[in-house]
Amino acid sequence: MNKKVLLIEDEPNIIEAVSFILSRDGWDVKTHSNGHDAVDAVRNRHPDLIILDVMLPGKSGFEILKEIRSDQQFALTPVLMLTARGQVKDREMAEKAGASRYMTKPFSNAEVLDAVRSMVAQ
Amino acid sequence: MAPLNVLVLVCLTYVAFLFVVAFAADHAARRGRGMWLRSPIIYTLSLSIYCTAWTFYGAVGFAARSGLEFATIYLGPTLVMIGWWWTLRKMVRVGRSQRVTSIADLISSRYGKSNTLAVCVTLLAVIGTTPYIALQLQSVTLSFATFAASDPTSAELPDQQSTALWVALGLTLFTILFGTRNLDANERHHGVVIAIALEAVVKLFALLAVGVFVVWGLAGGISETIARIDASPIMHWEVSGGRWVGLTMLSAAAFLCLPRMFQVMVVENENEDDLRTAAWAFPGYLMLMSLFVVPIAAIGLQTMPAGVNPDLFVLTLPLHAGRDGLAILSFIGGFSSATSMVIVAAIALSTMVSNHVVMPLWLWAKGGTAVMSGDVRHVALMARRLSIGGIVFLGYLYFRVSGGGESLAAIGLVSFAGVAQFLPALMGGLFWRAANRTGAISGLGVGFVVWMYSMFLPSFGTSSILPQHIFDHGLFGLDWLRPYALFGAEGMDPLVHAVMWSVLLNTAVFICVSLLTFPRPVERLQGAQFVNVFRHSSTATGWSGDLARSEDLMIMSQRIIGSRQAQALFSGAAQCQGLAGYLPEPTPDFLLELERELSGSVGTATAHAMISQIVGGATVSVEDLLAVADETAQIMEYSSRLEAKTQEQARTARQLRAANQKLTQLSVQKDSFLSQISHELRTPMTSIRAFSEILRDTGGLSPEEQAKYSTIIHDEAVRLTRLLDDLLDLSVLENGQVVMNTQTGRLADLLDRTIAAAGGGEADSLEIKRDRDKEDVVLTTDLDRLAQVFINLIANARKYCDAETPCLSISTKQDGAELKIDFVDNGSGIATDQQSVIFEKFAQIGATKAGGAGLGLAICREIMTRLGGDISYLPGQSGGAFRVTLPASVVSSPADETM
Amino acid sequence: MKSKPGPLFLEQRAYRRRRMADAARVLPVLGAILFSVPLLWGQDGSGAALTTKVMLYLFVIWGLLVGLSAVISRKLREEETRSADNQTQSKTGV
Repeated sequence: MNKKVLLIEDEPNIIEAVSFILSRDGWDVKTHSNGHDAVDAVRNRHPDLIILDVMLPGKSGFEILKEIRSDQQFALTPVLMLTARGQVKDREMAEKAGASRYMTKPFSNAEVLDAVRSMVAQ
Repeated sequence: MAPLNVLVLVCLTYVAFLFVVAFAADHAARRGRGMWLRSPIIYTLSLSIYCTAWTFYGAVGFAARSGLEFATIYLGPTLVMIGWWWTLRKMVRVGRSQRVTSIADLISSRYGKSNTLAVCVTLLAVIGTTPYIALQLQSVTLSFATFAASDPTSAELPDQQSTALWVALGLTLFTILFGTRNLDANERHHGVVIAIALEAVVKLFALLAVGVFVVWGLAGGISETIARIDASPIMHWEVSGGRWVGLTMLSAAAFLCLPRMFQVMVVENENEDDLRTAAWAFPGYLMLMSLFVVPIAAIGLQTMPAGVNPDLFVLTLPLHAGRDGLAILSFIGGFSSATSMVIVAAIALSTMVSNHVVMPLWLWAKGGTAVMSGDVRHVALMARRLSIGGIVFLGYLYFRVSGGGESLAAIGLVSFAGVAQFLPALMGGLFWRAANRTGAISGLGVGFVVWMYSMFLPSFGTSSILPQHIFDHGLFGLDWLRPYALFGAEGMDPLVHAVMWSVLLNTAVFICVSLLTFPRPVERLQGAQFVNVFRHSSTATGWSGDLARSEDLMIMSQRIIGSRQAQALFSGAAQCQGLAGYLPEPTPDFLLELERELSGSVGTATAHAMISQIVGGATVSVEDLLAVADETAQIMEYSSRLEAKTQEQARTARQLRAANQKLTQLSVQKDSFLSQISHELRTPMTSIRAFSEILRDTGGLSPEEQAKYSTIIHDEAVRLTRLLDDLLDLSVLENGQVVMNTQTGRLADLLDRTIAAAGGGEADSLEIKRDRDKEDVVLTTDLDRLAQVFINLIANARKYCDAETPCLSISTKQDGAELKIDFVDNGSGIATDQQSVIFEKFAQIGATKAGGAGLGLAICREIMTRLGGDISYLPGQSGGAFRVTLPASVVSSPADETM
Repeated sequence: MKSKPGPLFLEQRAYRRRRMADAARVLPVLGAILFSVPLLWGQDGSGAALTTKVMLYLFVIWGLLVGLSAVISRKLREEETRSADNQTQSKTGV
């Protein structure tokens, strides 16, 4: 059975690109595009991996990550954070919130695939 | 012929004429055309409200009873006027420099802005003036009755009380209409002043006409008149020295202290130089008024049957001789005297009552919230109107209760003696720096009690209010407390007796208490200001504005002096301090100016109280303390210098804190702008990179997929370009390299276009209100850039206005040469601490983003600067409010357009 | 209290202005005295002065005071404007 990945991101074009790349690599890609109920989506879908954007409408990615980590069930689920703000401060905040990995936009497709594969293999 | 009907008709016509004149004068003054309305002659004539119906009718009666003694009532004011250099000059200067609204205001202001004192003065003035108003009503009623009695066609006498009631109602109406049109007492009552000046001419003319008729018509010439006076009951000069001097002094004092005299002399004074003319012209007027009094009295006494009231000789002599026309003229003269007195007295007293009694009560009842939320202007006007009605009604009540039986002169003198109690406090305030509040209150109190006991209460008759045994054996059976023989002063004339004791005790207590007690700092400052008004006309009271919230002050001021004036005042002050926008730093100077501005509308004490409600406690400022210290101990000077330094440091620290806060905010904004820009740039780039890699690396894509992905890449590239354009636009504008594309067009068309362009589609919830008539102006400027500003403001209102039914009103007004376009929405507006930064680049209010990168208002401001105008945030409105200002060079009216 | 002593002698114009101000101050005192003069005249019974005589006196004095007041206030104004002119002249002239 394919590994399940949940992509939480609000830009439609980026959703399309990431879904394309990952599904061709054999992943089962689910998407979600706002911050309000992102945590609910995680609970419903039980993904093996979460890709989470920082700037989301309604709730920031950091807050969502904190909530996910506070849930026993997902305390260890690997989370890849994406951000368009390339500041050091953001990386620190992501690590503090409990991100497994952190990636700055724009990224190359190969990078994403590498990251995703290595995270689930761990 | 039916004289009574004719009389009523003439009367009504005359009143209608007065209305028209007052209205026209008001109108002309508001249009700024009324310069001649304020000539020194008009000022002099307006002073003639001193000559009331008492003069017109009562003087002759006075002369018929006691000969030349009547002249004292005019000699007193004559001496005051020719001695203007001593007193009046100072009083007018003080009144003007302190923006005083009434005599109560002057006294309260002098003694440390004490409202207690103002209330005392107001009460005394009301009690003292009520009999006088009754006197006017009585004279009009009596003269009506005289006509009715001589009219063979009228079957029954008109009811005296209903005549008085009608007259009272009419006067109230007139006074309210012209006396409470504007709130600021310093915007003077042009209509009223012109009307009373006209009445002054009418009464003088009428009295002279009767005099000429009596001398040349009845007596047959000057020598015959002299012969007849020499044969009359008043042929001998039999005046007691005490009454002659006493009455002259009393009338001089009353002339200075009467609230209505203060109103025309000081409050309505437009130009200090007018006093120079009045200094000789008004004594001349008084002389002419009294010229024929003795002849009329003497000939009246000889011609008229015994038992005819001598007070009405002016009327009965012509009637008796069958000269109906002259009698009507004389009636109009008396009517004029009565009406002008009641009108001005009601205005003066209502200002006092509303400023010192009603407003403080209202403020107190509303707690601290009133100054912020209530409509102060409305309340103040309402209070004045009600007070006018109340005061005239009191006069009517007195008239009914007293039965109108007494001779006119007696009532007049009771009033005079009542207001003369202000004299010690007034003169002491103007000439003696050590005079203080406690002294003034005690003196007034003592004077008032003595006056009440020895004059006012006995004036109702010997056994009406005070029982007979008090007159015979004194209060509590104490012999030295008899009302007419206080402290054993037997055998004196009751009037001289009462005036002597009341003023003497008043002055003595005032001086002693002032010497024994110590004044508060504010009193000492005001004292110095008043006494040395010619040396330094600049004032110093001192607010420390540490806690003042400028915006709160502005909201309050708008409610009192109107938004236009308040905005002008605040922005002017801000400019003086080198600040942009509408909110100046609340420095002591600014607060002082504001207080004085407000006191013109609501009185000194109230304005002081209102500002202190917002600012917190008033303290005395550096300079003031130094001023006081120059004559007190060195130690005080030292401590005040310390305080000076502390205050100066506090102010500097506050400014530094503000600067620091702004810098911090700017840095936070810069950070957030950088990440915002980073986000805006990286997001489209991510898509572009991802899809170009897919196109490059993935084999076997269908042509549809290829087309789709290329389109995405293209769209994202366009998005990037747009963002870069915006950034570039701002940078170009900032560096001033922009080329203006000047066009000509109507503002209304431009707004139409803008609203269409900024439209939010069919689901647009923002309602836009406009005033198209005002928008009919032609602009010659870069219309596209201006449109860009408008679009931004409308889009902002759409995005940020948080009202349930959002509404944006766009109002245009031409203020002087500038054109001002206000965009005001009904949302919650922008917090005061944010207002200073919204026009900075990268600013975004709050953490939530609503699309833009925070460049909109920054671009707007750059554009407006380039166009020679300005855009600013307008605080203190109903919601978020922006004002776009365009310079005169850009604006022309549609008529100028030659296209 | 100490105050700076002024110059000992004033120039002629300022001198005249001060004398006019003095006149303005004296005038009401003069008026009060003149108005009280009739009190010195006989007041008893048949020997009393006639009302007409006193009246004539009062009105003559009254008119005199009005005239004097007019002259003084006009002179004062002239002196004031002239000295004001003078000041601005000397300021700009230097």
